[in-house]
Amino acid sequence: MLDKNGIAKRIAKEVKNGMFVNLGIGIPTLVANYIPAGMSVELQSENGILGMGPFPFEGEEDADLINAGKQTVTLLPGSSIFDSAMSFGMIRAQKVDLTILGAMEVSENGDIANWKIPGKMVKGMGGAMDLVASAKNIIVAMQHVNKAGQSKLLPKCDLPLTGIKCVKKIVTELAVLEVLPQGGFKLLERAPGVSVEEIIKATAGKLIVEGEIKEMDL
Amino acid sequence: MINRVVKNAEEALKGVKDNQTIMFGGFGLCGIPENSITQLIKMGTKGITAISNNAGVDDFGLGLLLQTKQIKKMISSYVGENDEFERQMLSGELEVELIPQGTLATRCLAAAYGMPVIYTPAGVGTEVSIGKEVRRFAFNGEEKEYLMEKAFEADFAIVKAWKGDTAGNLIFKSTARNFNPMMAMAGKITIAEVEQLVPAGQLDPDHIHTPGIYVHRIFQGENYEKRIEQRTVRKRN
Repeated sequence: MLDKNGIAKRIAKEVKNGMFVNLGIGIPTLVANYIPAGMSVELQSENGILGMGPFPFEGEEDADLINAGKQTVTLLPGSSIFDSAMSFGMIRAQKVDLTILGAMEVSENGDIANWKIPGKMVKGMGGAMDLVASAKNIIVAMQHVNKAGQSKLLPKCDLPLTGIKCVKKIVTELAVLEVLPQGGFKLLERAPGVSVEEIIKATAGKLIVEGEIKEMDL
Repeated sequence: MINRVVKNAEEALKGVKDNQTIMFGGFGLCGIPENSITQLIKMGTKGITAISNNAGVDDFGLGLLLQTKQIKKMISSYVGENDEFERQMLSGELEVELIPQGTLATRCLAAAYGMPVIYTPAGVGTEVSIGKEVRRFAFNGEEKEYLMEKAFEADFAIVKAWKGDTAGNLIFKSTARNFNPMMAMAGKITIAEVEQLVPAGQLDPDHIHTPGIYVHRIFQGENYEKRIEQRTVRKRN
């Protein structure tokens, strides 16, 4: 079973040279730590940065330079700053190659819910609805089951949706799964020490298991 | 040159009345018009419909106008950092319209560019689409559904810039730019507070982010706190 960093490390393998990548808040943010040195990747932060760098050294924080999670960050050589309309313009026009974000639920047809629990949590969707409606390649980073032990990979989402038929791949502490265009979670890889049976048990939506499922190569 | 300078926040916010719609620039606490928010508290303006990506925190930014219950309605994309906001929303005291961040930005842009509507895929198939016109377009190599969203109509836009000149031209700094340029362009009356106000001619015209035609009143603000919401650092070595 993977911890949060393990999930981030596995997702980092999906990042390819030359990609512009948008990382959501939470586990997706950790992905940046595992992008191999020497690979040319630019991180987009939807508040208006391309070429976002790591956190600043102590004492070098700049209140005017934050990421989409409102954290102080830095800029890398070749970076650029732009306004919010342009930021979502480049997202809508599919200039950003890969979007990695968290989710509360994903359905077997690729619907995602991650912004609202009616009566409990209403923080807003931020840029998530724009991202999932336009991105070509969306990977979800999340726990396979919620705190109550219920599967987050469902036949149909119960929570209010963020977007429909958009998730392409899911990486959890147990497995890597692909959402097939015709529907269903296709099991691609299992986490070290996790059996296919455990993944079947933790998945409420339609799970497709074909042939031998290899262990993740981390 | 047309001079856009006013003395201070008090003079800049003259004419702001109860029950008006006001845009506030900023993302989180970054690039917010601190002086103007303080002035609105002094004025006690009530029934504000605030268009702002976020709602500040409990004791800073728009959170201050929530504490004084001057805001009637918030139109935002993300309000997670504010307990008072959540309390007022759940109790029904505060009207809230949550919309996607890109939709918020682009509805400002539509107003800025004189276009009544935009079509965006954000929110299709979600509760955001309820009551909105949906149209299918073939575009960019695929056919999909888009929501019609209307340009905002705001009585005032209040923005914060880094530098400005007496002609009202604005330059923003780093990610404090965020929603400020398109809101500056979208207000019926736009008020800009700046950290440095310089005489016309001192800013390079090639470096202007927002031309002064959009900025009706400009003043140099004071005592900027520029609070950091999430101070994240790394250790040397």
